Amino acid sequence: MISNLFKYVTKHVDSFLMGCLVMTLVVGFAVLYSASGQDMDRIFSQSVNLIVALAFMWIAANIPPQHLERIALPLYALGLLLLVGVALFGELSHGARRWLHLGVAKIQPSELMKIAVPMMLAWYFSKREESLRFPDYLIAALLLAIPVVLIVKQPDLGTALLIAASGFYVLFLAGLSWKLLVGGGVLAGASLPIFWSMLHDYQRKRIEILFDPYQDPLGAGYHTIQATIALGSGGIGGKGWLRGTQSQLDFLPERTTDFIFAVFGEEFGLVGNLLLLTLFTLIIARGLVIASQAQNTFSRLLAGSVTLTFFTYVFVNMGMVSGILPVVGVPLPLISYGGTSLVTLLLGFGILMSIQTHKKLVTT
Amino acid sequence: MRSRSELKNYQHEQHYFRIRLAVAALIVLVCFGILAARLFFLQTVMYEHYQTMAENNRISVVPIVPNRGLILDRNGVVMAHNFFVYTLELTPGKVDDVDATIDEIGKLVEVSALDRKRFKKLQAQSHSFESIPLRTHLSEVEAARFAVNRYRFPGVEIKSRLFRHYPENSLGSHFIGYIGRINDRDLEALEKSGDLSNYKGSDHIGKSGVEQYYERSLHGVTGSQQVEIDADGHAVRVLSSTAPIAGDNIILTIDSKLQRIAEDAFGDRRGALVAINPSNGEVLAYVSKPTFDPNLFVDGIDTESWKALNESIDRPLINRPIRGIYPPGSTFKPFVALAGLNAGKREPPYSIPDPGYYTLPGSTHRYRDWKPGGHGRVDMRKAIAVSCDTFFYGLAVDLGIDKLAAYLGHFGFGKKTGIDIHGEVDGLLPTPEWKARRWKQKWYPGETVIVGIGQGYTLVTPLQLAQATAMLANNGIAMRPHVVSAIQETTTGVSKPIPTTVMDKVAIKPEHLDIVKQAMHDVTLPGGTAASVSAGSPYAIAAKTGTAQVIGIKQNEKYNEKNVDERHRDHALFIAFAPLDDPKIALAVIVENGGHGGSAAGPIARKVMDYYLLGKEPEPPPPPKTTDKETPPQQAPEEEPLND
Repeated sequence: MISNLFKYVTKHVDSFLMGCLVMTLVVGFAVLYSASGQDMDRIFSQSVNLIVALAFMWIAANIPPQHLERIALPLYALGLLLLVGVALFGELSHGARRWLHLGVAKIQPSELMKIAVPMMLAWYFSKREESLRFPDYLIAALLLAIPVVLIVKQPDLGTALLIAASGFYVLFLAGLSWKLLVGGGVLAGASLPIFWSMLHDYQRKRIEILFDPYQDPLGAGYHTIQATIALGSGGIGGKGWLRGTQSQLDFLPERTTDFIFAVFGEEFGLVGNLLLLTLFTLIIARGLVIASQAQNTFSRLLAGSVTLTFFTYVFVNMGMVSGILPVVGVPLPLISYGGTSLVTLLLGFGILMSIQTHKKLVTT
Repeated sequence: MRSRSELKNYQHEQHYFRIRLAVAALIVLVCFGILAARLFFLQTVMYEHYQTMAENNRISVVPIVPNRGLILDRNGVVMAHNFFVYTLELTPGKVDDVDATIDEIGKLVEVSALDRKRFKKLQAQSHSFESIPLRTHLSEVEAARFAVNRYRFPGVEIKSRLFRHYPENSLGSHFIGYIGRINDRDLEALEKSGDLSNYKGSDHIGKSGVEQYYERSLHGVTGSQQVEIDADGHAVRVLSSTAPIAGDNIILTIDSKLQRIAEDAFGDRRGALVAINPSNGEVLAYVSKPTFDPNLFVDGIDTESWKALNESIDRPLINRPIRGIYPPGSTFKPFVALAGLNAGKREPPYSIPDPGYYTLPGSTHRYRDWKPGGHGRVDMRKAIAVSCDTFFYGLAVDLGIDKLAAYLGHFGFGKKTGIDIHGEVDGLLPTPEWKARRWKQKWYPGETVIVGIGQGYTLVTPLQLAQATAMLANNGIAMRPHVVSAIQETTTGVSKPIPTTVMDKVAIKPEHLDIVKQAMHDVTLPGGTAASVSAGSPYAIAAKTGTAQVIGIKQNEKYNEKNVDERHRDHALFIAFAPLDDPKIALAVIVENGGHGGSAAGPIARKVMDYYLLGKEPEPPPPPKTTDKETPPQQAPEEEPLND
């Protein structure tokens, strides 16, 4: 009876992926406990977030990919509608419009788009795979650009970046020609000055200060300086759990969210960092394996995009904390405090599991 | 066939896809490689460097709040100062169970229900990492008792804070004003003006009066201190500091002794008095009765005191000299007289026979003089001395409302005087144009008639009346009225005087001025309406009495009927300047529901002038009158609650 139930629950859960996720989440809770100053309330509320996120993951894992394929378009349309809603009626907080009040609940439609955009593009390419031509890439690029522009306008550069990346990965995996890629790269390089002129002052400042954080040691550069000091002073072995002076003495800002990696790096040192990096690599590797074994275009593209987007999360966050990328508001996946990103992430992994575990049902 | 091609296609595609995946995987590895290299660099090669920086990093920057400037009267008497008190402060973010902790603290030092309530209110407005006062004014014993037990209360600290205190209590509370805790609106204003960073660490800000108007000078410049902190976050050593610059002292034009004499002269009666030095605009006394104790507001006023003040029928919070508006009544007549003379009308020896009433041409309606039967033959001088209504009814009609209003406007009626206290109101100098705009009605000739005696729509503030009187005394030159004479730098002791500025000049022919001044002197001589006021005076006084009908009874109907009747009585007004030949003081007095100007308001003015001109102090005040517990000025605006 109990073993039947267990079977039912784990039927669509990929054990290798799940194992890696659980290990990372355990690390995450340990760091959060330290970073929050041993705040059990924080741990409790993150636990609630995790339970919700796991539920989403399990549900996604149990939905066969062909059903996902069917809801791709409506989901994308709904997301777009909500984004327009945010632009018009969104709640303004800290100078940005990201949240939408829907009577009972407050939602952040840009989070929904993190899943909906790769799904939509994967769906589009799977529909067009018989007769894929150059204009299809243009249409796909447009499908990607609309939500990204809306999110940049909110402004939420971090999320826009991640969504743009997720869409780009679909295009890339769908076979966007190398010529176009290189050409696009050159074009992007050339348009950098235009992009620069479009940025908000604070965003420009962040990039300038990336190159010289000591320009503004008490202002915008403060985050970067404090984070590198935390990491560097961790050394090889780290200062030990709950013993990071930078983290415990309030020097490190946003240390339970975007900068939690600095706390981890200070307390667990290079050894801990490399182990964490290995864990992330394993998760990504598993995702890529799932993508390569997927049996139709939609599943392939979606699985590849979800995995590579996860990689982008990790790289951008660790890059900004260690001072090689500008500070954009991207949390460290599975570790940073916060419910929304956790739900989206585990939903993505649920989709990966669904693609992996429904395989046999598709083939005949 | 078809299935074969599909299969082939599928295999081809999967192959192609896998190449792309491999490229992606390679990119992932490269990126993670770069990350690993960067971390390796930071954590091994640069380890020593960052290790030292982390050690040195235990430094935090703490703002040092500057001492707020003092407020001194013109003779150096302290009206507002600061003193240190021990406060018990709690940082909610560092305390597990706030309520239990407060209960526990309550066993050591007294924490009243009121303290608790105030704390909760502040807690709701603050961030959890901010330190919030729970108890203020701890005694030495209490502070010591808590200090011994401090280890039991992480997140609770004794701090020594600078408190504002008004040693003269309610004296002059309306112009000195008070400070209160900075609220959201203040923060917004500070952010807009770019002063927010200078208020880091400051809790209080001027909310009214001089405290508000001269906030920038009084506050000073916030300093900062770099402190090394230990692992618990406590300061161990000061590394460097930038000293704060204390706020400037404000030196008033007001003489606190004169102010006290003026306030005492009112007794329990409500009203206002403004005395001005006509030659430079210095405000010598500024009375609004009843007063209130500004000390109540410093710490955040409690609900009961606030209710008592705000809902009192006497409206103590209204700043009457600048916000109370009253019909000027007969005190308007000297100015109407000048308007007439300036237009070439009613110049002596012109006179009229006064039958005791006035009728408009073509009408039978009689506008009555206050004296039944009239004053007999009346010329300009007599008209002012006996306050003949009939004479001024005719003059106003003869001049016409537009000309009259235009001329009176030069005396500052209907507009703000520009005094250095915020919240002044305009008053009202009615014109047909105003009435059309405000009421969409045409102007009736009868309305011009009563403007001539300061009734009808006309409304003035006590300050406007005093300012107009000062202008008259100063031969038509208006000096900007001000309550602050100088701003003194605390560090150097150098005083920067507030410049006296000429605001306006009305061209008045000396002979016209002479007529009106002499007539106003006649007011205080036997036969005049305020003869008793000058009895025994060694200096010559020019004055005018006034009685303003209380209108707008409707507003009062919510009050007790009995009260309404009593508060129905006329307001007593009185303007004066002295000495006649070389005026040193000009003033306006209003006693609400006081009856006749000469008898109710005149003696108050006399006491003020006697002290100012002769240094003579009045006899001990008579036993307080008890019959006069009555209404607010009918037109007085509702005062906004000024506390948080």
